[in-house]
Amino acid sequence: MNEKTLAGFCIRCNDQGYLTDLAQWNKEVAVEIAKEEGIDMTNKHWEVIDYLQDQCRKEVAITIRKVGKSGIVNIKEFYQLFPKGPLKTASKIAGIPKPVSCI
Amino acid sequence: MSNAENKPVKKMMLILSKATLENVYACFILANGARMEGIESEIFFTFFGLEAIQKEKLKHLHVATVGNPAMHMPTLLGGLPGMEALATKMMKSEMEKLDIPPVDEFLEMLTASGSKLWGCKLAMDMFKVKESDLIDDIDGVLTVGDFYERAQGDGTHLLFI
Repeated sequence: MNEKTLAGFCIRCNDQGYLTDLAQWNKEVAVEIAKEEGIDMTNKHWEVIDYLQDQCRKEVAITIRKVGKSGIVNIKEFYQLFPKGPLKTASKIAGIPKPVSCI
Repeated sequence: MSNAENKPVKKMMLILSKATLENVYACFILANGARMEGIESEIFFTFFGLEAIQKEKLKHLHVATVGNPAMHMPTLLGGLPGMEALATKMMKSEMEKLDIPPVDEFLEMLTASGSKLWGCKLAMDMFKVKESDLIDDIDGVLTVGDFYERAQGDGTHLLFI
């Protein structure tokens, strides 16, 4: 467990930089994590983040296939928004655990 | 350790030579999994692997029930009519539960993720497969030499399935 300060907030995360408590997440923190990943957040990015957090709260296992069928983005757009591994990167920005899915 | 010493995988070049469902899925999951990690991936479909990108054939691929010790059934039983279809149906239903798509949708996913799909020229000539028999999403038809040329660069790995 690590602690770090992002956008003035002290947050806890694991060794790979994923937040360990979604309650500590806020948009300012998300923007900072996104910057570390080389991403400038747009409305579309936020829509995906909202969707992922929603799925996480419902305890639904997240896969690329499900994101592609979410009606928010298709798979191609998902890769364009988060080019370096969309599910991993988006989950990190969303403050949810790293997905364990292989799909 | 620094990244320079770690030498991360940058590109996976997969060669699919078989058309049994278990092999096709292994290949697709590896290619898709690479893209999910931000690693480039390409698939070279050769020999029987070509069936996985032929419009008329890709929906009818089967699990091998004969000559497959992991099926845990006598070879004679595995050879009975309908056994392959049954095993295939069971495997497909288990995979659907894990959100693993059918072959046609999986190919679309791979293309959308930026994976490149190539047909093998020699195998196509041998099996009399025309480019028009292949799915529209195919990136082209290559020789082995072309495929190796695409494998250039640090951190590229080749895998034969």
